[in-house]
Formats: sequence, structure tokens, C-alpha cells
Amino acid sequence: MAAQLQFRDVTLGYDRHPAVHHLDGEIAPGALIAVVGPNGAGKSTLFRGILGILKPLAGSIGLGDLDVRDIAYLPQTVDIDRSFPISVFDFVGTGLWRSTGLFGGTGKGARDRIARALAAVGLNGFENRGIGTLSGGQIQRMLFARVLLQDGRVIVLDEPFNAIDARTSADLLALVRHWHNEKRTVLAALHDMDLVRANFPDTLLLARTPVAWGATAEVLTAENLLEARRMCEAFDDSAAACAVDAIPSQAA
Amino acid sequence: MLGIYDALIAPFTEFEFMRRALAGVIALALGGAPIGVFLMLRRMSLVGDAMAHAILPGAAIGFLISGLNLFAMTFGGLIAGFAVAILAGIVARITELKEDASLAAFYLVSLALGVTIVSIKGTNIDLLHVLFGNILAMDDQTLLVIAFNATVTLIVLAVIYRPLVIECVDPVFLRTVSRAGAPAHLAFLALVVINLVNGFHALGTLLAVGLMILPASIAKFWSRDITGMICIAVAGAIVSGYAGLVLSFQTKVPSGPAIILVTAVLYVLSILFGKVGGLIRMMFPGKHLEA
Repeated sequence: MAAQLQFRDVTLGYDRHPAVHHLDGEIAPGALIAVVGPNGAGKSTLFRGILGILKPLAGSIGLGDLDVRDIAYLPQTVDIDRSFPISVFDFVGTGLWRSTGLFGGTGKGARDRIARALAAVGLNGFENRGIGTLSGGQIQRMLFARVLLQDGRVIVLDEPFNAIDARTSADLLALVRHWHNEKRTVLAALHDMDLVRANFPDTLLLARTPVAWGATAEVLTAENLLEARRMCEAFDDSAAACAVDAIPSQAA
Repeated sequence: MLGIYDALIAPFTEFEFMRRALAGVIALALGGAPIGVFLMLRRMSLVGDAMAHAILPGAAIGFLISGLNLFAMTFGGLIAGFAVAILAGIVARITELKEDASLAAFYLVSLALGVTIVSIKGTNIDLLHVLFGNILAMDDQTLLVIAFNATVTLIVLAVIYRPLVIECVDPVFLRTVSRAGAPAHLAFLALVVINLVNGFHALGTLLAVGLMILPASIAKFWSRDITGMICIAVAGAIVSGYAGLVLSFQTKVPSGPAIILVTAVLYVLSILFGKVGGLIRMMFPGKHLEA
């Protein structure tokens, strides 16, 4: 099967310092992949690269026939203005942007879809509440409902289960499995290794450089995890230009 | 009964300039108040104020070239407003300076420049007219311009409403689903300028922003929902406009300040008695509920 997402020697970072270093690989359509690694390993950076929010320092990310708008993205720290006077129903409804756009009306069909999405994340009864009145876990449920409506072929979840209670994360995980059954591609940054082993067939272990990528059982071995933990988090201010990058330019 | 009629209605049936002023104030309220609500929700209330000063040199140059000619001053004001908005935006994007700081720098320069230009050619009366406006001296042409600008405002606002709302709540999300964010923001800034120029004829540069921001602040105390806020802001602006004109007619208080002072009274009442976060409501919230 043709790859849906292609990483060609991608380096992503900030101020020339790499946060994801020389990542190569492909993601097939319908894959369910966990991205694991210590804090600062480049998980969020990788996602921002896929979304095109961050341009690669080197290499490229191929989206194939995907448009960025086919990717539904749930960021780790959502920059929501919670004091904004908008109801849960309207907020979740923004997930229908692709079908409604600037003007499209939200007819009966759309309202039903919004109601079903809210029910799917267990937020029925919250329709008319302002988003400022929700708790952290409820906000996360609401964001999942929006992702549900976005109907993305690729779904990118950045640490979706942080600070979420067991019942909520079980509910949301069921949604992730549901998306997988619908043949959508799902990438999720996660820290709970047991959860990854139980639910995700494939894993990318990232520690700035990719440590291992493949079937979860083969990736999450003691040696690999130890190696990932050895990653030095701080940037080296006096680091020289990356030699791997320099070789082809010298040859040229 | 007759006393009330004389005080509240007769000024408008008897004098054409009062009718025109009322129509002008209603048009200003319809266009400006919704813009004010968005300025407040985008935490840009003071940006409106800064822009009000920024349009002065443009209007002043229009005045210098063709006297108290409405079109020249409007056109000049629009150009100056856009120039400052765009320059401040560019400086903020490419340097470390934040947008508020660069805007502050630009508008102070603009204000100084504007007052200088007006005083080169005009008299102090002209300067007063530019700074504080005179809604009672509007001619038909001015009224038409104001009505036209208000109409344009409402149409454009309808077009950019969704991206504007989503950009306020969750900017990253808007970036991932649409490229409409930046154009919508620019269009919104343009609307701010247009409505300031609009208010400028009636209330002058310094008070034009008052009929945008104060009704929005009032609305915040009465509604939790953006549609409700916009309706209340428009209603509040119209009521203040009417009451301000009556006050000005009966007491010789200048019309612009009279309108803004009435708005201020409504604002204080809202702070005290507002349903959403008003002081009295917060002090006596009532017994807590069961669930």
C-alpha cells in the first residue's frame, strides 16, 4: 500500500537546534501509531511539522494526496480562550468547518451530527453551557468531539490523555479504536507504556533522533527505552553544524 | 404629558438637524457596536483607541487640501488608519517589538502630526471640530456616508464572522482548517478604521471610539452569548445616542460628550446591576443550588 505520510530525512527544530533529528520513514493509510519518548523528545515538534505549522530545517515531509485540512489535530496545550462567550454546541460545531465553510448553514443534518458527536464523548446535556464552565477533562472530551466531526483521514493527537481520569481516558480510547476500525490513520503521543502496548500495533520511539520504529513489542524493549532516556534534553549553544547534513553539501 | 412630549419627542419633530443627528447616531450604533464587541473579545479595546488617534493626520491632510470637506477627510482618515495598522503589524511581525508597543509608537506620532497639520491651516475652532466632532451640524452628504459605511460594516462582518469568532477562541484550530484567519483579521482592522472615521464626523477623533467600546462593555454584563452581546451593545448604543441628543438639546452640553456620558451612566449601572458578573449579583448571589 502506498505510504500516506513520508518522512524523508526530516530535521525539525527551533533556531537551528534540532528537536527531531534525521527522521526517515513512512506511515501507511489506516495505521495506528503511538509516538513515545521522554519530555523534549520532539513528539509535539514532529506533529507540528506534519501539520505544516513548523517548517523542516532539513529534509521534507510528504503528505501524498493529503491536504493539511484532511488532518485533524488535537494539540497538547490547546490555546483556547475559555472566557470567550461561545456554547459547547457551537464550539464543537466548528469541527464541521470543511462542509460549512464561511457561510454554509448548519441544517438539521449538521445539528444531528453535532449532537451525536457530543453524545459519543459523553457530553450530552452540555450543549448550551459556555465553554468557560467546563472542567479540564470535559474540555478534552469536547475537543475529541470536534476532532470526531472534522472527519479527518489522518488524526493527530498530542498527549490526549494527560490529566484525564481513568473513565474518561477509557471512553476516549474507545473512540481512537473506532477511528482505527474506520481505516483512518491515527498518530498519538503517549506516555503510558501499558496503554500503548495494549492498544497500539505500531510505535515510534523518539528521543530527538528516532530510536526505534516498528511493531510495538519490538520497539518498547528495555534497551530501547534506556537509550531513549539517555537523550540530553538541553540544546548545546555552541553545537557545530550537523555533520550528516554537511557531507552532501561538501560533495556537491 | 405635554412636558414629556416636549422634552423627549418635540426636538426631533420640530428640528431637522435633530432628526438627522438621530439617524446618524443610529447608523453609527448599528455599525460600531458589533465592532466594539469583537474589539473587546479580542482584547483589543485599547487598539481601537490608538487607531482613533492614528486616523487624525490623514483627516487633517484632507482638511488642509480641501477644508472641511467630508470625502477628503474620510479618505485621508482611511489611508492614515490603514497605514498605521499595517505598519504596526509589519513591525510587530518582523521585529521583537510586540504589536501593542509598535501601535502605541505609531499612534502617538500620528496624533502629534495631525494636530500640527490642522493648526498650520485652520483655526482653533477647526481643531475642536476635528477633535470632538459635531453631530448637530451634519449635512445630508455626511449622513449618507455614515449610513453607507455602516451598511458595508454589517455586510463585511457577516462574511468574516465565523473565522473571526474561531480565531478568537482557538487560533491554532483555525490555522489547521482554513487560511481565512489572516484575511479576516485584516478585514476586521479595516472595519475598525471605517467605523472610527464614521464616528469621527459625529463625535470627533477622541470620542469616536466611545460609541464602540462602551456599549460592548455594557453588553458584557448582560449576556453570556456573543449574539446576545451584539444585540445588547447595539441597543445600548442607540439608546445612549437618543438620550445624549435629548440631553444635549435641553442643557447645551455639547452633543458628542453628552452621548458618551449617557453611555457611561449605562455602563456604571451595568457594573452595579448587571446579570452577568455585576457587583450586586456577586455580593448577593442567592442560595446555592442542589445540582
